[in-house]
Amino acid sequence: MNIIVCISSVPDTTSKINFTDSGGKFDSDGVQFIINPYDEFGLTKAMMLKEANGGKVTVITAGDITIEPVIRKALAIGADEAIRINMTPQDSYSTAVEITNYLKNSPADLVITGRESIDYNGGAVGGMLAEMLDLPFINACNGLHISGDTAEITREIDGGIENISTNLPFVISGQKGLVQESELRIPNMRGIMQARTKPLQVIEPLDNVQLTISSGFEKPANKQDCKLVSSDNVADLVSLLRDEAKVI
Amino acid sequence: MSVLVYAESWGGSFRKSTYEAVSYASETAKLLRTDVIALTFGNESDDELLKLENYGANKVLTTSGIEKGDSKAATDLFSANCSDANMIIFPSTYTSKMIAPRLAAKLKAGMTSNVISTPSSVSPIEIKRKSFSGKAIENTKINTEKAIIILAPNAFGLVECNGSCKIQKIESANNTSVTINSQKVASGKISLAEAEIIVSAGRGLKGPENWEMIEELANLLGAATACSKPVSDIGWRPHSEHVGQTGIVVAPNLYIAVGISGAIQHLAGVNSSKIMVVINTDPEAPFFKSADYGIVGDAFEVIPKLIEEIKRIN
Ligand SMILES: Cc1cc2nc3c(=O)[nH]c(=O)nc-3n(C[C@H](O)[C@H](O)[C@H](O)COP(=O)(O)OP(=O)(O)OC[C@H]3O[C@@H](n4cnc5c(N)ncnc54)[C@H](O)[C@@H]3O)c2cc1C
Repeated sequence: MNIIVCISSVPDTTSKINFTDSGGKFDSDGVQFIINPYDEFGLTKAMMLKEANGGKVTVITAGDITIEPVIRKALAIGADEAIRINMTPQDSYSTAVEITNYLKNSPADLVITGRESIDYNGGAVGGMLAEMLDLPFINACNGLHISGDTAEITREIDGGIENISTNLPFVISGQKGLVQESELRIPNMRGIMQARTKPLQVIEPLDNVQLTISSGFEKPANKQDCKLVSSDNVADLVSLLRDEAKVI
Repeated sequence: MSVLVYAESWGGSFRKSTYEAVSYASETAKLLRTDVIALTFGNESDDELLKLENYGANKVLTTSGIEKGDSKAATDLFSANCSDANMIIFPSTYTSKMIAPRLAAKLKAGMTSNVISTPSSVSPIEIKRKSFSGKAIENTKINTEKAIIILAPNAFGLVECNGSCKIQKIESANNTSVTINSQKVASGKISLAEAEIIVSAGRGLKGPENWEMIEELANLLGAATACSKPVSDIGWRPHSEHVGQTGIVVAPNLYIAVGISGAIQHLAGVNSSKIMVVINTDPEAPFFKSADYGIVGDAFEVIPKLIEEIKRIN
């Protein structure tokens, strides 16, 4: 089975988020980058499917050379090879178009993306890819069983879960549940050594289209100080919530 | 010209998130000086469909035979019925997040998600959205003739009006590529994305057996329950309750955090709440820096008192 995992390089979850050019651009100075946590669930699932059924796991990402350490980490976790599309992604569409260009020439049996990236939170690349490739798409996927050509998939719906069957090939956007947190893999020394020599192919974007423009960022207003209530006067908290905040 | 909005239903009934999306569509249609058309495919009764007129829908297009889990069929339905639309609006639901990106790719229309306000300018559409898990607000311009947006949860209130709408049945081509085997929806539970009040608890509660008081408090307040990530990782609570940067992002009017330290990843998923209350034994817990109200104290003493007081005033 030929599995493609789309990964995104995102600021570590503890990063302070700041902007340069008076709010124009994300300030990456001093920021650590990691594999987008949602993508890591997908990558681990891909590894397990490969171990059970044979095949190959390829990670693909759109980004400039600075994201290569994150790609090497994915290889150290166990992906067989990597593709980097040499571009600065402008929006979900530009990213999806270029990944599609690659997949049209090298079709996959299964394409996995994360539910969303934790930086821009677009949550759109998976669905766009599916449409461009004319494949079924299941998002917020928290369970996947493949046997032969068919798959049984669970997805989160509002207030519940849904169980869906479809045939390979298809696209999913994954999240926790695809694998458990405890099943995530930390690269070991051997993996890190091997990752250095695994193939990392750099390809150029073909279309350079962009449909939306990010025209500036601001930070949410700071909260006022927390009003403390003594644990002996819990009734005061209830009055504050009712009469001052008017939320109960 | 028109504004098209997806009016999603569950078991034939609309929810608050649907009315919110229709209200949003109606406010946006005023800016564009055009009409609101709602699209549904959930087997709603005419009585249910007519409720959309109270939030500004001028026309409802409705069909049946498409499953919400079939993103391709749903996308084709939208695409066949949007020739006239300048904006296509989706509520903040899992199904929307499955259809909207497909539709954007099909129509080559600019799309953005997590939208928190009506457009600040209309040609081109310019709009504010939450980014970096709520740590930033981003201004986005959509450069295409049609703009597709998904709202952020609970970001826009309901706007009622005295309107009237027509119902029009439409055709749907049924070229399905997936089979829906089953659907499990927890009955009587308020969904996190829609809840106006959330009572959330963390590792400070010590064990799953102590959630009874959290559930009791939530019931009294008509609230949904949530938890921190480690609590769902250890299996004290289901994953579907995990809120935060890597879980569900919520924005209720009131978020009550019990025995949660307030790690940056947790706060990223809850900091859009209008009011936050923290109850924690440790006065140094980072949550106090973000909360509006706090009690330094033991949850096992404070929560029962809180329950008693709320019972008293109800
Ligand atoms: C990549 C990544 C992603 C993450 N994503 C998320 C996420 O999405 N959501 C999330 O929640 N976390 C997330 N985390 C984890 C996060 O960093 C914290 O570890 C987690 O939020 C802590 O959970 P907690 O507050 O329940 O537990 P703790 O940090 O252990 O805090 C327990 C709190 O309870 C208090 N307490 C103890 N006893 C009592 C008592 N009797 N009464 C009242 N208070 C008491 C303590 O003072 C303490 O503040 C993520 C971490 C990483 C690395």
